[in-house]
Amino acid sequence: MTRLDLTRFSWVHTLLRSRWPQFMLRAVSLAGFIFTILAGLLGSVVGSHNFAIIFVWIAWWTALKLVFIPFGGRSWCSICPIPMPGEWLQHGGILQPRGKGIGLGKRWPKMLRGSWVQAGGFLLIGLFSAVTLTSASVTAIVLLGVIVLALIFSLVFERRSFCSSLCPIGGFTGLYAQAGPVEVRVKNADVCAGHAEKTCYQACPWGQYPLALKSSANCGLCMECLRVCPTDNIAVNLRPWGSDLGPKTKHRLDEAFLGLVMLACVLVNTAVFLGPWGQLKSAAYEIGSRQWFLFSGIFLGLALVILPALFTAAVWISGRLGVKKQTTHRQSLAHHSQMLVPLGMLAWIAFTVSFAFTKFSYVLPVISDPLGWGWNLIGMSDTAWVGQSTSFSLLLQVIILAVGLFWASRVACRISENTRQAVPLIAFSGLFSLGMLWLLVG
Amino acid sequence: MIKKETLARAIVILLIFIAIAVPLGGYWLANYANPNRIELHARMPEYGGWSTDTIQAKVGETIHLHITSDDVVHGLAIGKSDQPGVEIIPGTYTDMTLTFDRPGKYTFYCTRWCSRSHWRMRGTIEVSGEGTPVPLDPQPLFVKLGLDIDAPQHAEVIPASPVSAERGAQYASLLPAYASERDTYLATSPAQFWLKLRAEPTLSKLSDDNLWDAAAWVWQQQTTPEAVAAGQKLYAANCAACHGETGKGDGAVTRGLPVWNPDSHTADNMNKSSMGEGLYSPPDYTDPKQLLGASPALLEGKIVRGGMGTGMPYWGPIFTSTQIDALVAYLYRFAWSGSAVK
Repeated sequence: MTRLDLTRFSWVHTLLRSRWPQFMLRAVSLAGFIFTILAGLLGSVVGSHNFAIIFVWIAWWTALKLVFIPFGGRSWCSICPIPMPGEWLQHGGILQPRGKGIGLGKRWPKMLRGSWVQAGGFLLIGLFSAVTLTSASVTAIVLLGVIVLALIFSLVFERRSFCSSLCPIGGFTGLYAQAGPVEVRVKNADVCAGHAEKTCYQACPWGQYPLALKSSANCGLCMECLRVCPTDNIAVNLRPWGSDLGPKTKHRLDEAFLGLVMLACVLVNTAVFLGPWGQLKSAAYEIGSRQWFLFSGIFLGLALVILPALFTAAVWISGRLGVKKQTTHRQSLAHHSQMLVPLGMLAWIAFTVSFAFTKFSYVLPVISDPLGWGWNLIGMSDTAWVGQSTSFSLLLQVIILAVGLFWASRVACRISENTRQAVPLIAFSGLFSLGMLWLLVG
Repeated sequence: MIKKETLARAIVILLIFIAIAVPLGGYWLANYANPNRIELHARMPEYGGWSTDTIQAKVGETIHLHITSDDVVHGLAIGKSDQPGVEIIPGTYTDMTLTFDRPGKYTFYCTRWCSRSHWRMRGTIEVSGEGTPVPLDPQPLFVKLGLDIDAPQHAEVIPASPVSAERGAQYASLLPAYASERDTYLATSPAQFWLKLRAEPTLSKLSDDNLWDAAAWVWQQQTTPEAVAAGQKLYAANCAACHGETGKGDGAVTRGLPVWNPDSHTADNMNKSSMGEGLYSPPDYTDPKQLLGASPALLEGKIVRGGMGTGMPYWGPIFTSTQIDALVAYLYRFAWSGSAVK
């Protein structure tokens, strides 16, 4: 497939190789993160007037799903403030690694590798999301907890263990980054073969070896390899969307689990926040109540039983329709997990579009009055308007869901021996898309 | 290289300092830099009501209330004052500037039907300093008269046909002197008044209906159209949520609740509700049996003291006596117009 190596443009190369541009973005995002925590704790309890709610759940969460991931894969991870304090301690330097830092540097336990914990974390967030998404102080406490946890983990474990194995957003971003149009790869494999030091692997906070990189799921686009490569053999490629998905790519069972959890989460989020069921909404809000346990049960049932059962059935039927020698069911599930990537990503985008248009008008007023104390820093405190979900937005959601279904079907066809074999997989995707369509538009 | 690292560290520290200084500095400015500024948060009573129940102020010194709502739309007004009330929108701040020229206790209260317990959203402003204190309220008339305002007060008699104050005007000259006295009006229910007139030998020629018309006229004489209009406004803003727009006792807050039985005010079988006391559906004021049996003193007493055990709030600290007179005058309209349709 065609690739465009961005480092061929000297200004891009300079921007990526220099540590300062990325450092400045990260420093600003760290300050913003701290400000967000304080705003959440001290500012207005009315969510629409608090920087923490609007910036985290409207601006950032929307930008992650509509911009960062679809146009940059894991690009958010390259400027995420959460691992920074810990990473600086590990490195002994803020701008760049300077010899020995602090930390035990233990290896992440083997049994916890992969996306299992991340998927579990995402589910856990989902169970409490109604409160987290609307309460500024809860948001602040969650952010504070996450950054403290990341710091502790980076002092105990090596590299970015927190990001690659624990952070739920890392799991989310990594899964869908496989469909993203950006990748870090080596320019010439022979050059690497002759390079014994493997400085890129030594420097990689994600523990990846660029020569062996086949998927963008675990590459955080931090550009450390590019900076330490003595032969300038690292490329940052623009590539067609979905390049990591195909018959020859390798996928693990935990990816299937993560992909299914994401499907369940987007269905439940859509039902809770956009659906017409007041009882469901209040059940999701009243944490600890009988209704909430019922809601949690249904949510977990969907994520851990219903969707996995449907998907397993689809994969099993698909396998029966094939002619070649069967792989194990486990391998088959892992291999077919890739079709969940476009399906889920586009569903999350459709969900986001449904509220982004109506809620984005809160962003400027909350910059003007970030704590909801009646300030007017940029003169735009009173410019919020309650947006209407327009027919354009609805049409767009339908188109996005259709693209997701089409894309997932195409992946299903590519990874199947014949079209007949893809039918049960397409049926699964179609069923999910119909569910989303009904929740969003119906 | 060390220099670059130092610069990078300085940048991070500076940015973090700004991130911390902005909210903390703002917090300090808002809360400590201006001692006369009082931040007041409004919440539904179930979630804490006003963030401050008692506000201290000094005579002649201006206080600035910086008010916001943490949940729904509330309102704020000062009882017995001409200060216009303000609306409190969630997430935005409303400012109210107050200066008191007499020491004493003032009541501030919520003016919007924010929840079932809305009326519990009250607080006190304690004004200290020199000057003649705000006079204490005179003893309500019902106390002087020894009225049991909780006892059942049904009208002994009610009109048999529609009543008209206009028709009643023609009998004005025939009425005894006490009929036009203010004290008679205050202490007598329309039904008692009618019975008194009926007992007058000089009025024996007049029919029962004629006498009801005369009573309606007397009641009309004790007020003005302006007062009735003011009473109507007060009723719509403060009473209608329970008593209903038309006085039928079917307001949104009490709709569907058991009807108050006056005999149960001494019994234990109270209707326990989320308000922590009985909340009942109020009586139907369009039923002439209800209001024609109540004297203005009794209605004033109910308004000032509240209806014990019924969920009816006390309005003594909020309404002036002029406002209560106006309200009472407006209430009788329900009875007269109710009898008109029967």
